[in-house]
Parts: sequence; structure tokens; C-alpha cells
Amino acid sequence: MKVTINGKEYRFDKPITVLEAARRVGVYIPTLCNHPRISPTGSCRMCLVEIEGQPLLQTACTTYITDGMVIRTNSDRVKASVRHNLELLRMIHPDDCQTCEVNGRCELQDLIQRYGVESRYEYYGNAVNIVDESSPSIRRELSKCVKCFRCIKVCEEVQGLSIYAMIKRGHYEYPATPFDAPVYNTACVSCGQCSFVCPVGSITETPDWRKVLDLLEDPRGKILVVQTAPATRVALAEEFGAEPGTISTGKMVASLRRLGFHYVFDTNFSADLTIVEEGHEFVERVKKGGPFPMFTSCCPAWVNFAEKMFPWAAQHLSSARSPHMMMGAVVKTYFAKKIKKNPEDIVVVSIMPCTAKKDEITRDQLIIDGWKPVDIVLTTRELARLIRVKNIPFMSLPEEEYDHPLGESTGAAALFGVTGGVMEAALRTAYEVITGETLPKVVFEDVRGLDGVRDAVIKIADKEIKIAVVNGLANTEKLLRKLQSGEAFYHFVEVMACPAGCIGGGGQPKSLDPDVLIKRANAIYEIDETLPVRKSHENPAIKQLYKEFLKKPLGELSEKLLHTEYRDRTREHKNLHRYYESENVESA
Amino acid sequence: MKVNIKVASDPKSILEGSLEVANYFKFLSEVHHVDVDIERDPRLGACIGGILVDIEGEKYRVNGKEEAARLFTHRVILKKKVKDLEVKRILRPQRMEITKEVLVVKRYFGKYEDIDGYISLGGYEGLKKALKMKPQDVVNEIKESGLRGRGGAGFPTGLKWEFALKEKSNVKYVVCNADEGEPGTYKDRIIIENDPHSLVEGMIISGYAVGANKGYIYIRGEYRDIAGKLHAAIEEAYEKGFLGENILGSDFSFDLVIRFGGGSYIAGEETALLDSLEGKAARARYKPPYPTQKGLFGKPTVVNNVETLVKVPWIVYHGGKKYREYGTESSPGTKLFCIGGMANKREVVELPMGVTLREIIYAYGEGVYGEGKLALIQTGGKAGTFVSKDKLDIKLDFDILKKENISLGSGAIVVIDDRISFLDILKTVIEFFEHESCGRCTPCREGIFLLRKQVNKMYEKNEIDYNVLEDFQRIVNIMESSSLCGLGQSVHNPVLSLINLLERGEIS
Repeated sequence: MKVTINGKEYRFDKPITVLEAARRVGVYIPTLCNHPRISPTGSCRMCLVEIEGQPLLQTACTTYITDGMVIRTNSDRVKASVRHNLELLRMIHPDDCQTCEVNGRCELQDLIQRYGVESRYEYYGNAVNIVDESSPSIRRELSKCVKCFRCIKVCEEVQGLSIYAMIKRGHYEYPATPFDAPVYNTACVSCGQCSFVCPVGSITETPDWRKVLDLLEDPRGKILVVQTAPATRVALAEEFGAEPGTISTGKMVASLRRLGFHYVFDTNFSADLTIVEEGHEFVERVKKGGPFPMFTSCCPAWVNFAEKMFPWAAQHLSSARSPHMMMGAVVKTYFAKKIKKNPEDIVVVSIMPCTAKKDEITRDQLIIDGWKPVDIVLTTRELARLIRVKNIPFMSLPEEEYDHPLGESTGAAALFGVTGGVMEAALRTAYEVITGETLPKVVFEDVRGLDGVRDAVIKIADKEIKIAVVNGLANTEKLLRKLQSGEAFYHFVEVMACPAGCIGGGGQPKSLDPDVLIKRANAIYEIDETLPVRKSHENPAIKQLYKEFLKKPLGELSEKLLHTEYRDRTREHKNLHRYYESENVESA
Repeated sequence: MKVNIKVASDPKSILEGSLEVANYFKFLSEVHHVDVDIERDPRLGACIGGILVDIEGEKYRVNGKEEAARLFTHRVILKKKVKDLEVKRILRPQRMEITKEVLVVKRYFGKYEDIDGYISLGGYEGLKKALKMKPQDVVNEIKESGLRGRGGAGFPTGLKWEFALKEKSNVKYVVCNADEGEPGTYKDRIIIENDPHSLVEGMIISGYAVGANKGYIYIRGEYRDIAGKLHAAIEEAYEKGFLGENILGSDFSFDLVIRFGGGSYIAGEETALLDSLEGKAARARYKPPYPTQKGLFGKPTVVNNVETLVKVPWIVYHGGKKYREYGTESSPGTKLFCIGGMANKREVVELPMGVTLREIIYAYGEGVYGEGKLALIQTGGKAGTFVSKDKLDIKLDFDILKKENISLGSGAIVVIDDRISFLDILKTVIEFFEHESCGRCTPCREGIFLLRKQVNKMYEKNEIDYNVLEDFQRIVNIMESSSLCGLGQSVHNPVLSLINLLERGEIS
């Protein structure tokens, strides 16, 4: 179909939205509420365009192109509307960019700069000024909210949780939790998708980077150990202007050294360790005949979800701790012995694509002999901020290697960053443990792809193993209901709370690229393919660890350091009305 | 001693405001505690340049309320003759017609108690006829009648039904919009109170016509007191087999339920209403997709106003052609007008389209109450336009009104007298919209908030700031072109028309 945009004719083969069409041909249309992860809302009125024959301006994000459509995106009328709407937002949005967590990464700031919008009206601010710091993972500051509905929609559509809803009306509305309860006390699983989609700094990860900065500048005799998750290396470079999917492992390691960390280790190492432990646990269950399904446990948002919503599923979770927790435990025991230090002398910082990891390290069950395996978790975004604050020229850094011995990893571990990866890695190990034979083909095509739910039947030594891979908690809930009703049965289920797994995590660099997940996933697969060792149990450093320290998978020391237990937390988010204060909800 | 006053009430005098004068005499007599007997006499005669008044045989000419007050104090209270108002030459009343009420919607008002009474009056005959027709024929009949939606937007009903009928879906819904939130509008309430069965019948027919098996009546929460009547009517219809499975032996089944609104103006906007019906907060959705494509729970849905639906049984029974006999070519049929504000008589009248504002205000509303004089009229509710006196003789017809930039909306005619100031009106309008803006889109949500802040500043100083008003015009114009739903898109109606009248000196 023929469409004219700003006087130029273009051809499109299928009816897409005006916004998509314009972006494809490189025409700029400003947006604020539209996000590729959610359905269009049409509420910010930034993407207005003039369409011939229509008296009113139309939103590009909700209007579909038709044959012969004549669109103008840059008329004076359109610009006047956009500028006016931005003036209105300046009227309610505080001018404290300097101290804002997303300074320089704020969509509103960008738009205001793009259009050179001055404060035309007095600053009135938002009607509510709630600062919610209850959660270790996300921080809400409602005075900064621009009411774009993104957090509400992502929580509803992607995670199926609907923690937020817009309450009250007009200027006085705000995205509230049930009964205005602190978000940590609701059913929130800390996945941080809301902080990922928030165009401004209204919802951010709980900032911990200043704490880390202070430590780096003055370690006070502590040994600073940092570890990086599989998914951070394919996304971090985006913060410095690179194309999504750029692999920046070496530069990231180099930047961490420049920041002043004493040891830089790779969470991929402990991902291998997780696979060995979890793989053996699965093999045990197969031998014993249950309980099935076994759920993976490396996603802390999923663990929260299971504990808070589906306690029966929590009892089926693998007892293996998540990889960065295993790393913390190994660093503070095995590695501490090597450098002759006590666990208390070591600070472990995890760089994660995830906000739920910030919540995970506060779990009591994970404390070993009075020390925490991981002390601080930073998201990918926070690391980028640290690097920027310290003026480290990230893109020009040389490629450096991880420190030994906890920096060695396999292709299987790299896959942890993407949905289906844990399953694939576990299958590679489980196959060889069960059959004792070499796996003929390392890639399990059935579990790859970014669809919400995928399942397959894998044949391992005459046994048919039914597996499922699911990402996004909305999809997970559907699957769990099927399992509950007996409609479906699986032996092994991998769950990742975020879309496409950790690469789409709530702590990853914000992106409006609709293909960002595909690009990051391909980078992960590329890392897997280029590594010489692609099965976790063949990792030489892992073998050495078992030989020198842990002795055997699921052994006594393993149980203490690498495994955990789960609780029924369904009652925690009940009776939220106790937070309901009458003066707080009085209408303005 | 009773003083006998006769006021000429031939049609021409009425349109010049004789009923207003009669009411004013009554008002004065109550204020001054004078015992008078006021009679409206259509055969009294007429005079040039005023309204003929007969006080105990003496004939006077009254032009305006000041003269009426003077005449009353001098002649009735002080018992003196008022020389300069005396009339020597009495003319014969001119032959002239005032548009008469046509009872389509109001035909059964107050005539029945229960369903048996309704049936004996000819109720449910429209449904019986419809069930013998093909759905497409019913739609055609409505299209033939030229019926336009009576909720405010005036969209052709037949066309809307046809869109829904053509949608392929096994589940469709019909929804009655009884969320009458437009200030000054109370016709739906009167209809439900007086004739609930016609609404039920209209709903069933509309369900049959578009292929829906479930209907919702979304009634505003404040109308809980009258919902009992509607509920009883639905129960009775179930008992008699007009609702439920296989209605009247046909293979058409239809269920009807009532849902209450939560007290929001925006819920009267059809997409916000659907959100509210789904259990969410009422916030407008973007269009397209239109409700006829993707409405309630994502299914094709027809949303119609109460008044529209009540007309449906009549049109089906009498035929679309008969309906076209009333009204004008471009806007056929009748319309309920709700007279409100400072009118002497505030009631719902059903008049054919093409009637003038003068007829509505002076003949049916009997002019302005008390000492006030007509300053402005707001048509179409809060989102409607303010009209000055010189537009009194415009025919109310969708096309003419569009040319004149007047919105008829829901049919509210609010009479505003000269004692109310510009800032009073502006403040009321802006505060109303600020309170009712749903908050979905930026220009409306923050724009109206800004307007309210500015208006309040002006109001506190009691001073009109013309620079601010100029900015207002810019803001509401942008709001019109860039808002998501009808609310933001129509704020410019009252604001611009009011500022225009201020500039013309019609109000201060």
C-alpha cells in the first residue's frame, strides 16, 4: 500500500501503525507512553500526526496505515501540540534532574531538549508525593510520574500481576498499589519490569551504586570481589551508544578493574556450578520418580512469585541457589581460603540484569554461618552509571580476561541469560550424567526461541522427558494453572519471570528498540558457539572445585553452601487494607 | 381585595415572553404579599411593542421586566394609573403556531403501572413485529427513519447497528447508556421512571437486530432509587417471556441486566463506559477500534442512549417513514429537551427537531424566573456551547447547528440570567471538567488542571485577565485537536463560546 509521509511516497506491504511505518523509513515521531513491550495506550499524545481528511490530530501509535494515506508529522500544528503537551508535563514534573537516578537516560528530558521547551507555567507538581522505599529492589517516587500507564500495563500484560492501578482521576491520578500499601508488602515479585519501562525516574531500581562507589574509593581493608551475570555482557554496551546485542565482555571486565575491584569473576562460572548441582538433583528425582515437575530456581522473581502465589510450586523448586549466590558462597569459602582471608573481609558485588536479585540477597535462608554470600547487587544500568560517573571511556577500553579460577565458564553457562538457556544447559549435563555417553548434538533447537511458552519431549536413554520453558509471569500463571488442573504434565520446567529471560530483565539498559530482545539473544547464542567447552560439567575449574573443595554434587558441603529452602509466603500480601489510611486517600 | 390581571397569551405574545411576564407578576405578588388573580388569556388581543396586560379592565403594554415591575407597584400596590403604559389601540392576536409536543418517547408516560397495562396500551407490539422481520430489515427500518443517537454525538443509529450486525462474532453485546452525567440533563431519568418497559423492549429489539444475546443497562449510581422500577420491569418481561430463552417462540434469546456506575461523568463516554462495565475505572479508550468492532470484553458492542432505544419500538411498529414525518429533512424525528437553569418551568419536553430556542424557552420554559433577564443559554450540557439571545430563532437541526457552531448534545437547555458573571460561569465549567477529566491523556488531564489554576487566580482577584484568556483559547484549541476522547475534545465548546460572548459584550 502507498503511504505519503511528509510529502514523500513510501510503500508498505502490510497494515502497520503509522508510528512503525514512520520509524521504518526513518521519520522521527516523539513518543512517551508507547513501549514495544506493551500494547499501545495512546495517552501521552506526543506521537500526534496530521492525517489528510481527519479534522483532529491522530496518534501514530494507534492508527493503522491505509492505502493512499497522507501523513504529516512535522506541521506547525503537530509541533505546537507536542510542545504544549511537554509544557504541561514540565508544569507537573520536578526540575531536579541533577539528582535524578535516570538523568541523561530520561525520555521526558530528551523530548524537552529536542523541542527546547521552557517552563512556561508555574511548577505545580503532582498531586501525590509518595516516596516508596519499602522494596530492596525498586524505588517509587510518584512526584516524578508522568502518568504514561507503562508500569500499569507491563505489570498487567507481561507479568499478570497488576500491582499498580491508576486511581483517582485527572490531574490527581497516580499509579497506586492496592490500598496504597508499600509495594514490597504487595504481591510484587520485584522483577523490576516497571523500572525498565518507566520513561522517567518515577520507578527506578533501588539505587546502591553510591554505596559501591564509596567502597571503591575507600575499601577499608576489604577485598572487593565483583561478578557479572551472563546477560549483562550483551547489553551493557547499549548504555554507551552501541547497537543492542554488542558483546562487551572484555570491556566490561576492564572497566570493572578500572573502577577498582580487586577481583573480577564471572557468574557464568557459578552458572556451570548450578547446572551440575541442579542437573544432579534432576537426575536424582528421575531415579526416585518425583516429585515432578521440577522448576528451575535461578530466577528470584519467579521464586518470589511461586512463594507468594503458588506455594505448591515453591515446594517443587530445585533447591539449588541462584548462580550469583553460589558464586558468593564459593568466593567467601573456597577462594577466601586461597587468599587467606575470612568471609567477613570480602565484599561481593553482583552486576545483574535484574532488580529481584537485590531482593534475593535479603533472604534469611541464604545466610551461611552469619555472613551473606552476596553483599550488594547492582543492575546493569547502575554499573553503566558508575562507569559514566568515573569517566571511564568504556568503548575504547581494551578487552580483558576474568580473574582465575572463578572466571572460567562454558557455553552452557552463557545460555543462562536467555529463556530456555538453563533448560538447554541442564539437558546437556543431565543427558551425559544419565546415559554416560557423549551428547551427539549440543544444541537443543526445541527449547530455543523467544515465545512465551515452549515445550518439548526429549529422549534420554529410553526415557521420555517432558520439558517446558516459559518466560513472563503471565504465561507462567497460565502454565501453572494447567499443571494444577492436571491438564498438562512436565518433568522439568524452566521459568524466567522477564520477557525472553534475563536479557529482558528489569535491570537492563532501557531500550525502545522493538527487536532488542532478539538481538541480545543472538549475542548470547554467539557466545555459546564461540566457547571451546559447551557443557557445564566439563568446565575444568568446576572439576577442580569439586576435587579440591566440594567433593561431590549434592554432597554435605554443597547442601550447606549451594542449596536452600523455600517458604509459603501467601499470607504476606493479604490484608493490605491495614495500610489504608483515610487521610491518605481523601479526594483532592 | 383580589386584583384581577389578565396577560395576553396568544402564540405570538408567548414567544415574546408573555408567560414570563405572567410569572413575574406572580413572583412580585408573592414578594409583596399582594393577593392577585393572574389569568393567561389567549383571546385578549395584542399590541405593538410589548405584551398586552389587562388589569381590572385597563389595558397596558408591558415591554420588559422593569416596565412590568413599575406597572405592578404603581397600579396594583399603589392603585395609581400608569399613563405612559396605557394602550389605546388593541390589535387582533396574530395567527401563529407554536411547535406542539409530539409524543413518541413520552407516549406512555404515566399511563401504566405494570406490564399488563403496558401490553394493553400496545406494548411489545414492536418487538413482535421485529421478531417476524429479518435482523437486516429491522436495521433498514431504523436507517430509513434517520434516527440519530440522542446521547449527544448524533451518530446515525441505523448505521451503527449495521456495523455491528456485519461484524462476525459469536458473542455480541448491546449496552444502554443510562449514565446520564451531563449537567442539566435529566431526560433519561424521567424516561426510566415513567416508561421502563419501552426501554426494555427497545433493548430486546436492538439485540435482535445486531445479533446480540446479552444486554447491559449501565445506569448511573446516583439513580439507584429509580433502578428498582427498571428492575421490576425486567423481571416482569422475563415472566411474560419477552426476555430469556426463545423469546415469543422464536429462536432468539436475550438476557438483560442492570449495572451501576460509580459516579463518573466520563463513564457516559461510550468507551469509558465499557471499561467501567468491565470492572475497571472509567477511562476512555482510543478509537479505532470502535465499540462496534471491539467493545465490551473485546466483542462487538452497540452502545445506545436511553432515549434512542425508547424510540426503537415505536419506529419498528409504525415504520421509519412515519418517524421521518416529524422534524426536518436532515434531522428527522423528535428530541427530548431538558429545560433547566433559571427558567420558570423546568421540565422535559418532546419536540420535533427544527424547533427554535425561543419556543422552548418562552413557550415551554415560560421565560426567566424572577427579576433576572435572559443573558445566555447553554445548550447540550456542560460540554455544550453558550448561545446569546440573538440566536433564539435558530432552528435546532443538526446541520444548521453545525454551521452556527452550536452543539445540541444531550438536549439540555440551561437558561442563564444576567445576574451571573463571566467568571462565575467560567469557574463552574472549568472546575467541573477538572473534576471529571479521567486522566488518560496529557492535554486534558494537565491542561484543564492548568486552566483551573488560572481561573481560580482570576476569580480570587475578581478581575478578568485578557492575556490569560488568550492563552486559554490556545490551550483549549490544542486540547480539541489532541485529546483522546470527546471530553477533552469538547472543552473548547463552552470556553471559546463564552470568551466570544465576553468579547461581544453579552456578558461581563
